[in-house]
Amino acid sequence: MLRKTVSFILASALMLGLCGCGKPNGGYVYYLNFKPEADAAWQELAQEYTEKTGVPVKVVTAASNTYDDTLSAQLNKSYCPTLFICNNAQGLEDLGNYPYDLTGTALEGQLENYEYCLWGKNGEIFGMGFCYEAYGIITNKALLAQAGYSVEDINCFEDLKNVAEDIHARSEELGFDAFTSSGLDPSSSWRFSGHLANMPLYYELFETDLTTQPAEITGSKLNLYRNIWDLYINNSGTSKTSLTTATGNQAEEEFGSGKAVFFQNGTWEYSSLTDPAKYGIAPEDLTMIPIYCGGDYEENCALCCGTENYWVVNSKASQESIDATLDFLYWVVTSDEGKTMLSKEFGVTPFKDSIPTDNVFFNAEKAYEEQGKHPVKWTFCMTPNTDVWREGVTSALADYSAGIGTWDAVENAFVNGWKFQYKLEHGTM
Amino acid sequence: MKDPVKKYFPLFVLPVLVCFCLFFVWPFIQGVYLSFCNFFIPKDATFTGVSNYVTVFRDTSFWHAFLITCLYAVASIICVNVPAFFIAYLLKERFRGVTLFRASFFLPNLIGGVVLGYIWSMLFDGILSQFGTYLTASSVFGFWGLVILVAWQQIGYMMIIYIAGFTALPEEMLEASQMDGANRFQRMTKIIIPNMKSSIAICTFLTLTNSFKLFDQNLALTGGQPVRTLESGMQIKTTELLAMNIYSTYQINNHWHGTAQAKAVIFFLLVAAFGALQLYATREKKEKKAKSGEKKS
Repeated sequence: MLRKTVSFILASALMLGLCGCGKPNGGYVYYLNFKPEADAAWQELAQEYTEKTGVPVKVVTAASNTYDDTLSAQLNKSYCPTLFICNNAQGLEDLGNYPYDLTGTALEGQLENYEYCLWGKNGEIFGMGFCYEAYGIITNKALLAQAGYSVEDINCFEDLKNVAEDIHARSEELGFDAFTSSGLDPSSSWRFSGHLANMPLYYELFETDLTTQPAEITGSKLNLYRNIWDLYINNSGTSKTSLTTATGNQAEEEFGSGKAVFFQNGTWEYSSLTDPAKYGIAPEDLTMIPIYCGGDYEENCALCCGTENYWVVNSKASQESIDATLDFLYWVVTSDEGKTMLSKEFGVTPFKDSIPTDNVFFNAEKAYEEQGKHPVKWTFCMTPNTDVWREGVTSALADYSAGIGTWDAVENAFVNGWKFQYKLEHGTM
Repeated sequence: MKDPVKKYFPLFVLPVLVCFCLFFVWPFIQGVYLSFCNFFIPKDATFTGVSNYVTVFRDTSFWHAFLITCLYAVASIICVNVPAFFIAYLLKERFRGVTLFRASFFLPNLIGGVVLGYIWSMLFDGILSQFGTYLTASSVFGFWGLVILVAWQQIGYMMIIYIAGFTALPEEMLEASQMDGANRFQRMTKIIIPNMKSSIAICTFLTLTNSFKLFDQNLALTGGQPVRTLESGMQIKTTELLAMNIYSTYQINNHWHGTAQAKAVIFFLLVAAFGALQLYATREKKEKKAKSGEKKS
C-alpha cells in the first residue's frame, strides 16, 4: 500500500512538473536574466506585474559563464525567452536575426540617453543598455588617511605608485597593504584580462578614433598595462606564484576586512561592501579613483564607464508575447516599483525620470565629470572571441608574474592573439 | 504454456527501450545531422555538407588534444593498472581488516570528478608553492597531475576487478607449481599473469576508454591551462584532452557549434571502436576457452 501511495505521489509530481513547464496561452514575458545578484529583485517585480496585469512573467537566471549555452538551449524551445541579455556588438552579431527592432516603441520614448544602445546597420535599435556601470580602483579613504594620504594626493600614475609603494613598505607597521590580491583564478581574472586590458586598448584605439572592432591591434600602449600590473602585484600581500588560485571573493574579503586600501573593481561591489551583514564599510569611507597607468592625458580621465547589459527582445516570439514584453519593460522603466528596483540594483539608468542612486561610486564618477574629466570608454567590449582571447592573456600574465614567462609572451597573447581570434570570429581562417 | 520470460519481456523491456530511443537514439541522430550543419540554435540549423569535418581535420588544437590524449591514455593505463594489480594481489588474501582496506581503496571512485579536480588542484598547488611554482605553470605538471588524480580515483575500481580475477585462479595449479619448486617470480609470470589475461584485458580497455572520455577532472584540475599563444596568435591549451577540446570548440562562438558537433561524432566513433575492440578481444578468449574445454571433455 505504502509503495503504491509513494508511486502515485511521485507520478503525480512528475506530471505536475511536466504541466508546470507548459507554455501559457496568449502573450507572455520570459526574461532570461544575466545577473544572479539581481535575481530576487527581478522575481519580485515579475510577481508584482503579474498580480497587477494578469500577464505571466517568468524570470530565469543563468549564471554569466553559462548564459550563452542556456540561451541557445532555451531559444530552441517553443516556450522560449522573449527577453534576454546581450553583452556587446559581437554578441548582437552572433544572435543573427533574433533581435527585435525597438525603434519607435514606447520604451524607446523613455530613453534619455542613446549612448548605450546597440545599433543595427540601418539605424535599428537592437539592444538597449538599461544600466551603466563604472569601474576603477575602489579606495578605502579611512585606511588611506591612516597611512597619511588622501585621494586628492593621487592624480596620476606617479602619485599612485608613490602612495602604493610607501604603504606596501610600511604594511607591517600599518596592518594593511596597498592592493588586494590580483587573482588570476577564473572568478577574478576578468578584472585584469578584461577590465584592466581596457587601458592599453583605450589609449591605443582612442588615438585612431576607431568605433568598430579592429582586425588587428598594435599593442603600442602595452607599457601602460605593464606599469599598472607590476604595481598591483609588487604592492600586495599575496605572493606572485599563488595568483592563479587567488579568487575574486578573496580580493573582496581582503578589501572588505580592511587588509588593503585599493581594490580594482566596479560600481556593482557597492552593496556588498556596505552591507552590514557582510563587510559593513561606511559609505563615506569609500570612493573610486580612475585606473592611473601612465597614459598621456590620464589627468583628464575619469572612471571607465559603459555597460555589458543590453536588453534584447526576441523577434521570433509571437507578436502577442513581443507586445507583452514591451509593455512589461515600459512598466519597469516608468512605474515607481520598477524605477526603485532599477536604481537600487543597477544604479544609474538611461531612462527619463530615473531615481538617483546613493551608490558613492557613481557619485564619484559624477564629481569627476563635473570637474571636466571624461569617462574612459569600455573599449574592451571590442575584444574578438572574448573568453578565448582572455584565457591566453591570463595564462601569459600568470607566467610573467611568477617569473617563469616573459612580458613578450603577454604582448604576443595580446596582439597576435587578437589578430587570430578576429579571424576565427569572422570565419576568415 | 508459453515461457513467462518470452511472454512478459515486452512489458519489462519496452519502457527502457522507449526511453533509450527517446533520450539517446533520437538526440544522437540529431547530433549526427547537426555535425553537417552551421547553427546557433539547433532548430535554425543550415546544412553545410562536410565543411565542419574539413575544419576539424585542419584544426591544430584538435590534433594537439588527440596527441595529448594518446600520451595520457598510455600513462594512465600503466599508472592505474600496475598498482591496481599489485594491491589486488596483496588484498586477495583473507586477513583481519581486509574489507576495510578494500573499501578504502575503492572509496575515491565514489567522489565526483569535479570535486576531485578542485581538491587535487589545491593539494598540488600547496605542494608546488613550496618550490615557488604552481600547477598550471607548466604543461608537464598539469599532465602528470591529471595522471596522479585519475590513478588515485581509478585504482580502487580496477583493484576490485583484479581481485575477482585472483579468486578465480585455479588453486591446484598454484599448489602444484609450489611443490615443483617454482619461486614467487616464476609463479607470477608463468601462472598468475597468463591466467589473469581476461581481467587485464578488461581493465586495460576500461582505462583506455576512460582516458579518452575524461572530461570533468580535466576541466576542474587544469581547465586546459597553461595556454600557449603561438607566433601566429593561435592558442593551444596544453593540457586539454579530446573531450574538453570539443567543449572548448563549442565555446569559441556560434560559428563553431557545428565543428564541435563534428568533433563529437568523430570522438564517438573512436570510443565506439575501442568498445568494439574490447568486445572482440574478450569474446575471442572466451570462445577459445570454451573450445579447449570441449576438447578436454
